[in-house]
Amino acid sequence: MDLINSSVQEIQKALLEKKVSAKEICQFFLDRAMNLQQSLNAFISFNEDILEQAEEIDNRLARGENCGVLAGIPIGVKDMFCTKGLETTAASRMLQNFVPPYDATVIRRLKNAGALVLGKLNQDEFAMGSSNETSFFGPCLNPWDKKRVPGGSSGGSAVAQAARLAPLNLGTDTGGSIRQPANYCGVVGVKPTYGRISRYGMIAYASSLDQAGIFADSVSEAALALEIMSGFDPHDGTTSQKAVPTWAKLLDSSITDIRVGVLKLNSEQAIESTVKSVMDLAISELEKQGARIVPIEIKHLDAAVPVYYLIAASEASSNLARYDGVRYGYRSEFENLSAISLDEFYGRTRQEAFGPEVRRRIMLGTYCLSSGYLDAYYNKASQVRRLLTEQYLNAFKNCDVILSPVSTSAAFKVGERISDPLAMYLNDIFTTSINLAGLPALSVPFGMTPDNLPVGVQIIAPHFEEQKMLNVALALELASSVRGVRPSV
Amino acid sequence: MIDKDAIENIARLARLEVGPQEIEELRQQMSKALKYFEQISKIDTTNIKPLITPTEIETYWREDKVEQTTTTEEILENAPDKVGRLFRVPPVV
Repeated sequence: MDLINSSVQEIQKALLEKKVSAKEICQFFLDRAMNLQQSLNAFISFNEDILEQAEEIDNRLARGENCGVLAGIPIGVKDMFCTKGLETTAASRMLQNFVPPYDATVIRRLKNAGALVLGKLNQDEFAMGSSNETSFFGPCLNPWDKKRVPGGSSGGSAVAQAARLAPLNLGTDTGGSIRQPANYCGVVGVKPTYGRISRYGMIAYASSLDQAGIFADSVSEAALALEIMSGFDPHDGTTSQKAVPTWAKLLDSSITDIRVGVLKLNSEQAIESTVKSVMDLAISELEKQGARIVPIEIKHLDAAVPVYYLIAASEASSNLARYDGVRYGYRSEFENLSAISLDEFYGRTRQEAFGPEVRRRIMLGTYCLSSGYLDAYYNKASQVRRLLTEQYLNAFKNCDVILSPVSTSAAFKVGERISDPLAMYLNDIFTTSINLAGLPALSVPFGMTPDNLPVGVQIIAPHFEEQKMLNVALALELASSVRGVRPSV
Repeated sequence: MIDKDAIENIARLARLEVGPQEIEELRQQMSKALKYFEQISKIDTTNIKPLITPTEIETYWREDKVEQTTTTEEILENAPDKVGRLFRVPPVV
């Protein structure tokens, strides 16, 4: 069976018809992922028990048991999700040897549906970064051009998808960490509405922005995985009790009379011409298929990046206070523990184990939350956050979905922006605002630059209306000139 | 602008042991970032309630019952240093 070019649904069908076994599927992807590890660095660790677990699935299937809609499908998991018995590092020295005693809710749900964890994927440290260059385990490389970054923070997930190291890959998205790397690597990346997927067991970066999501080769595979991942969880008070629709089954590519809002771009956003031309191409394709294009304007959009970084850093400084070297994770070597103060103990441990970008954001966040500055920074940013969110909600009175670029450019070169954090941040203008508003959004590939780098577009939907964006993405995908195109690895 | 003393104070609050060279780097980078953040001060937010959680929190009821999740032994497995069932730490009092 061609496991590279078959969809998750096709692999499932073959498995149930006994044309392939779960063990064969897992062996294939494990070999492939391990063979390409040296050149891409997509994984941090592998699940050494996967073949045994696959055999168990095969045995259950042989007994006629229903093992779920993802039975035997190996998935790559961003190292932000706790996996019982498997090291979970957040790509940080701080958690280098941490072995969680429990599974994140998302992992439990996927396992219940028969999926198997292939390994833990590389990422930016604690998901702080847009290039995968802040990982303690070294950068992961873009399979389309290994001199370029895969994006971040879910860089490993996007690479594993593009290079087909696993049929599905999990990611997290706090300010674009799924959509931007999906865009840079030419795959589908979906972040559903804030509250759709439980954050229980997902390592916290900025809790009011963090949301799990999926990387897939196609919209329908992403929809299928999301159905399994989504739903209320008593362990996460921000999850919604709204019913999860059968998105994959309800997919419909006919978009006649769908109103597509198109974001008015301004010169300050410094968008590369190839990104603009892919946007124009997508607009004319949607029009051709009968959609109505509605120009929209989002006021305060340029404030999204500062508001995002301010809120994310503030929440991060609070969330990362838990890493104290006492209960789990890294602890500095101290010759005589009884001769040092508790503050020295914390200070040295945290200084040694957090990388520079994480330390920078903790410092910024601590400053923004400190006495005397709270109103000017965090509270002010949270007020602008409401204004920005209202802009989106108003825009949705006149349109069903919004189309925008994902990033201002295609994948940039390794090392190009790491020394200038602000330049790195500015690239994220179109993705960060979506997390501030808690909206669902996805990135779908739709073109290539002259240098053969993928470029996609972002589709945004109102809260809890993921179906709308999935349908429009499907319409674009079916008409896309880059559909099924893969990098040679 | 943010000075060296402010950086040292923030590092103390954040429990990060920063050296002299990093203090200077952080001073420059944070000054630049904070200056960039200041553009939001121009936006009129009079009477606007801060938005903390982007979607509505739906409250729900559950039974108040005890569930065994993990054991003490499992939790202690990840401890960098322990004595019996206790975490070993520097003197606290």
